[in-house]
Amino acid sequence: MSRRIAVGAVALLYVLHQDFWFWREARPLVFGFLPIGLFYHAAFTVASAGVLWLLVTFAWPTHLDDSE
Amino acid sequence: MIPALVVFAYLGVVLYIGIFAFRTTRQASAEDYFLAGRSLGPTVFLLSLFGTNMTAFSILGASGHAFANGIVTFGLMASSSALVIPVCLFFIGTRLWALGKRNGFMTPVQMFRDRWECRHIGTVIFVVQAVLLVPYIIIAVMGGGTVLQAITNGYVPFWLGGAIVSSVVMAYVFLGGMRGTAWVNALQTTLFLLFGTIAVFVIGRGMGGFTEAMEALLASPATSPLLTRERVSPLYFFSYTFIPLSSIAFPHICIFCMTAQNVRYFRKTIVLYPICMLLIWMPSVFLGVVANQATAIPAIQTKLEARAQLAAPNAALTPTDRARLRAQAAGDDVILRLVDGYAPLWLAALLGAAVMAAVMASDSQILALSTMFTEDIFAFYQGTKRFGHEMQVLTGRAFVVIVTAVAYVIALRIPQSIFDVATQYAFAGYSALVPLLVAALFWKNSTRWGALASTLWTAVAVMSVATIQNVIPPPPPGSEVTVWAMGDQSIITRGATGTFVLGLLPVVPMTIISAVLMILVSLGTKSFARPGEPTLRRYFAQ
Repeated sequence: MSRRIAVGAVALLYVLHQDFWFWREARPLVFGFLPIGLFYHAAFTVASAGVLWLLVTFAWPTHLDDSE
Repeated sequence: MIPALVVFAYLGVVLYIGIFAFRTTRQASAEDYFLAGRSLGPTVFLLSLFGTNMTAFSILGASGHAFANGIVTFGLMASSSALVIPVCLFFIGTRLWALGKRNGFMTPVQMFRDRWECRHIGTVIFVVQAVLLVPYIIIAVMGGGTVLQAITNGYVPFWLGGAIVSSVVMAYVFLGGMRGTAWVNALQTTLFLLFGTIAVFVIGRGMGGFTEAMEALLASPATSPLLTRERVSPLYFFSYTFIPLSSIAFPHICIFCMTAQNVRYFRKTIVLYPICMLLIWMPSVFLGVVANQATAIPAIQTKLEARAQLAAPNAALTPTDRARLRAQAAGDDVILRLVDGYAPLWLAALLGAAVMAAVMASDSQILALSTMFTEDIFAFYQGTKRFGHEMQVLTGRAFVVIVTAVAYVIALRIPQSIFDVATQYAFAGYSALVPLLVAALFWKNSTRWGALASTLWTAVAVMSVATIQNVIPPPPPGSEVTVWAMGDQSIITRGATGTFVLGLLPVVPMTIISAVLMILVSLGTKSFARPGEPTLRRYFAQ
């Protein structure tokens, strides 16, 4: 089940990359200087690291470890 | 002069790394030389794999793109890569590693030949992969010449700069093989990480704070769209998520996946890859956008004026004027200009070394071509059997020298614009080759004929798009030329920024058609071309 959740989270993240909701908005400026669209994609990148951690933790192809 | 001295010191350091790597493996076997004996540790594996993917484009091209197009650059190229590349490493890279370890493969073509029980079709795949890779090497030689010329204020001419950089790259690849290349790439990534963070702080302080700069950009109708994505279509934005697929299909990345000592080292690389992307791309893109407000710097002001002339609605410009203004408005050097204007000398020196590291990223591609030639051609056609393993390594080294020398001669004779186009479409080409990897690793019914169909389609599609780009001049921004239509519906169009298919970048239809061809042709030929059960058991035991 956790493997499906990890793979599902990757698919969801791929969809969330297409963030049409901030398409024409620059404000608010996060921290006073980061346009919201740029901040969203910076946060998306950090979220990617989190989801990839889920992937390697719960969906690791353990049979490949035998090749060592 | 100090930046030039720092750059020459950097060249000396990477040369020494090559010599050191040579000393540690003097009696190298082919696996030692081409794959560092499959022994890279977790930190070098992470930094070097990342560095292998970062070219001059990541540092200079990204800020230039952001200067002209705004914050959209990060979503187009960085955040999509931060997800897609590690996912490809997870599903494909780890399996390539395991197959390489179990079967002794050193190149993707070796795996394809074994998986689909084919010989000459593997050679066709080799040719397409090699042809798509060569322009990168030539571009890097040109980049080396240009950067040394700029940093020394013309004391080192282009031809000599290209020769110096090519010789250094050739020497450390020749001597150090994969081990030397990996160490240099790890150093390069460290330099990028250091430079990006420091540059943002120093330039921000020099400009009097970023908040004021952003408010000023928002207040002007000419620059406020740079802080949104209103100038690009959602289809265009979506298309870009297909580009990072190319990373795993590049031969130098496939080969690099086989160098890790342990498959578990992929875990750290996969998780930290997005963070490295953020640390390197965010400063590049942000500074590129902010440069639009650095009007106190004369070189940047000239670029902004050229852009304004290009965008003027009633400007009667000849194609020559338009080309000249485009060249003036190009922003690939905006970070260099910002550093010149706002940063102290020591940071300019560090930047010089980082830029030099970026343009020297061709090392992995040269080594990959050498590995592919010696394994997929020399060894496959009985060279190793006839002449022995030592001769195989010697051939690999000789190939490094020949490739570099040929790239240098071409770089001196042919205009860069031709190779810019070639590299632009090589990404799409490699994305279209991904179905080969997916089918080989995950689909039992795939056949060599399906692989051949995908490969030939990729070659034809890349040539077609490159031809359209070269034959039809770009129209003014905001307009399109129809290349092919069905009734009232335009199918293929030529816009100011490239060629489009139904509003999408060519990479999308190229990759989808490649996958469809792989499926249809494999299903049509599986009755006589499906590999035997012993082969399939080795690939699909689990």
